[in-house]
Amino acid sequence: MRRLLLEHDQVPGIETYEVYRKQGGYRSVEKALKKMSPEDVLEEVKKSGLRGRGGAGFPTGMKWSFLAKPEGVPRHLLCNADESEPGTFKDRYLMEKIPHLLIEGMITSSYALGANVSYIYIRGEYMWVLDILEKAVAEAYDNGWLGKNILGSGFDLDLYVCPGGGAYICGEETALIESLEGKRGNPRMKPPFPAVAGLWGRPTVVNNVESIAAVVPIVNDGGDEYAKIGVGRSTGTKLISACGNLERPGVYEIEMGITVEEFIYGDDYCRGIAKGKKLKACVPGGSSVPILPHYLVTKTATGEDRLMTYESLAEGGFESGSMLGSGGFIVFDEDQCIVRNTWNFARFYAHESCGQCSPCREGTGWMEKVLNRLEHGQGNMRDIDLLADINKKIEGNTICPLGDAAAWPVAAAIRHFRDEFEWHVNHREEAQKRNYGLISEKTASA
Amino acid sequence: MVKVTIDDQVIEVEPGTTILNAARQIGGDIVPPAMCYYSKLPGTGGKCRTCLVEVVQGSEKDPRPMPKLMVSCSTTVQDGMVVRNKTSERVQKNRAGVVEFLLINHPLDCPICDQAGECHLQDLGFENGGAGTRYEEERRTFAPRDIGNKIKLHMNRCILCYRCVHVAKQLTDQRVHGVLNRGEHAEISTYIENAIENDFSGNMIDVCPVGALTDKTFRFKSRVWFLKPLNASCSCNKCSGKAVVWMFGDEIYRVTARKDAYGEVEEQDGKAGWICNDCRFDKKDVHNWQIEGPRVINRHSVISQGHYLSPRQHDQKKIK
Ligand SMILES: Cc1cc2nc3c(=O)[nH]c(=O)nc-3n(C[C@H](O)[C@H](O)[C@H](O)COP(=O)(O)O)c2cc1C
Ligand code: SF4
Ligand code: FES
Repeated sequence: MRRLLLEHDQVPGIETYEVYRKQGGYRSVEKALKKMSPEDVLEEVKKSGLRGRGGAGFPTGMKWSFLAKPEGVPRHLLCNADESEPGTFKDRYLMEKIPHLLIEGMITSSYALGANVSYIYIRGEYMWVLDILEKAVAEAYDNGWLGKNILGSGFDLDLYVCPGGGAYICGEETALIESLEGKRGNPRMKPPFPAVAGLWGRPTVVNNVESIAAVVPIVNDGGDEYAKIGVGRSTGTKLISACGNLERPGVYEIEMGITVEEFIYGDDYCRGIAKGKKLKACVPGGSSVPILPHYLVTKTATGEDRLMTYESLAEGGFESGSMLGSGGFIVFDEDQCIVRNTWNFARFYAHESCGQCSPCREGTGWMEKVLNRLEHGQGNMRDIDLLADINKKIEGNTICPLGDAAAWPVAAAIRHFRDEFEWHVNHREEAQKRNYGLISEKTASA
Repeated sequence: MVKVTIDDQVIEVEPGTTILNAARQIGGDIVPPAMCYYSKLPGTGGKCRTCLVEVVQGSEKDPRPMPKLMVSCSTTVQDGMVVRNKTSERVQKNRAGVVEFLLINHPLDCPICDQAGECHLQDLGFENGGAGTRYEEERRTFAPRDIGNKIKLHMNRCILCYRCVHVAKQLTDQRVHGVLNRGEHAEISTYIENAIENDFSGNMIDVCPVGALTDKTFRFKSRVWFLKPLNASCSCNKCSGKAVVWMFGDEIYRVTARKDAYGEVEEQDGKAGWICNDCRFDKKDVHNWQIEGPRVINRHSVISQGHYLSPRQHDQKKIK
């Protein structure tokens, strides 16, 4: 079990510069700035096979090589630390525990991209993490890792930490850019892509916290070494934030390619379903990805072992697969109500839609209302088909992927748990009682 | 020049032209409906999603079809691109979906709406909408608001096309008008009752595709189809002074800019023919204006049934 990012997370004081440096911190900056050209760093990242850890899994090296480099125009690297997807809390853990790892990654990556001003855009609800990061940035400046002429290499870098206003949509890269520019966080139309015209119209790369942190071991040990871990096109290690009815939820760094079975039940990981209950369903990659019923969690539809990789989790497409997404691994035991959970997700997306494009603005609100009725014993059979139809009309027709992210979970829940939706229509009163929390909450406050 | 085929009609256009503008160059019913794009307001488009089309061949060089439906207002043509609009069942289905989305929260208060008869949402609903609704929830409501002393905002009717926001941003010197809140709760606002006092703010009324922004000097005075639109001009030092006066008998009921078949202001002397607030709101006396002649309303709304042209004139200015 190799850990590349969280290797030192339990070392006391690792959040301070001294301890971090003593554990070998900032080696990648020394190596890159002293011995490598920016192209060399890019080459290592390409060789590593690293794929974006923000959700889409786009190869980082390729993304970097698309960055336009017009003469005399500044370029920027933005770190996406807006982490707001329900079920996802891996970036927070990393930044809280080892803030210098992210800063080190930012320096090395900015060097590779030729960016002299970089930003970390952090979720507005993570204010205490902002403090941790700002402290670490100040330490990095004090010790000469940031500022002018770093290590005498002639490379300058200023790094700013910027808090968001608390909107999920600002995690979408172009909305993040708008927000950073001080505007309303509405996603932009693409093209142009940020690689050509991003922050203030300049070429920009947006990467997830974990992607940027992974550049550190890649530069230290070489891209080939990193690529040795994993299966196929899923290389390296991945942070998974596991939550729900697990015996031991938490943030784990896994090697790509371990089986889902091992991750849920293994002693090194989640140690099975809490309270000895049975697995009912799993959302393996954050609230935006399709839910899997228990019989498709550890095995694919064709009976093969399901692995923790981009490919294996997607095996079977939308019919019987899901996605690795952002690594938010949510597990449901036999007592959980899928309709209630679907409603809960729908409520999130309706609340977070930016409201520019009509299918998402109207569709997410509509789905939320229908699901709310179904969940609260006010639904009809035709509502189930209506939901399936609404999400077909949203999917693919919106400006940014939030529309799809809102549609897929509903579609998948109906596909795999239709009986449960029907049960809610046929057993209106019981449906309400069976849902933990809600009723008692209501009566308690009444 | 690049060659593009839209619904089996071929046209050559300048590189960089959008599919929608290429279709407009062909004209006729293959032109996708556009509720948010407004050619005279850079930056508009992409939001309403009514202009979706299917690109069955990306270009000569890369003939692969585009997997998603594309917004024609913001997708530029490639040489050899083949586009389907009216001839694509997928487009029709999804456009009907978009129209349904635009209507679920719409109050459908056409009988008392000043825009009725010249409303793009009415036209769109007529062509692509369903006969009933599947929406059983409560519609969202907002109280009507004043935007300055001449403009009324009925947020209930708004489709959030953002056109008026661009008018505020591009035609007036100070933007005190934008969008508040997110998702379903998003609303046009002046932050908030901050009156928009600007010579060109009235153009918001003309760009609004629905009855969300209406002219308070005209509100509830008449149905538009009872009025007689006439091209008229005046000497104005703020704008071109070229407008349309809408008359009932000898009285001017309202003044608007001159708009084309797509509801966009026409160009006057090479520039977008926006009119100023003096012309729009204050010049309501016939003596203010030089009448040039009857105006043909070049779209298939109720008013274009034009009872104000003699049959002979009507034939000459055949409605496209
Ligand atoms: C609605 C929405 C929310 C997103 N939120 C995040 C987020 O919180 N963090 C993140 O890293 N990426 C998020 N993304 C993905 C980003 O747009 C972008 O793909 C990512 O930051 C790229 O980084 P990567 O290539 O390193 O994964 C979001 C995307 C969408 C559509
Ligand atoms: S899909 Fe939703 S969040 Fe994305 S641009 Fe459209 S309205 Fe905004
Ligand atoms: S006109 Fe193209 S999206 Fe509105």
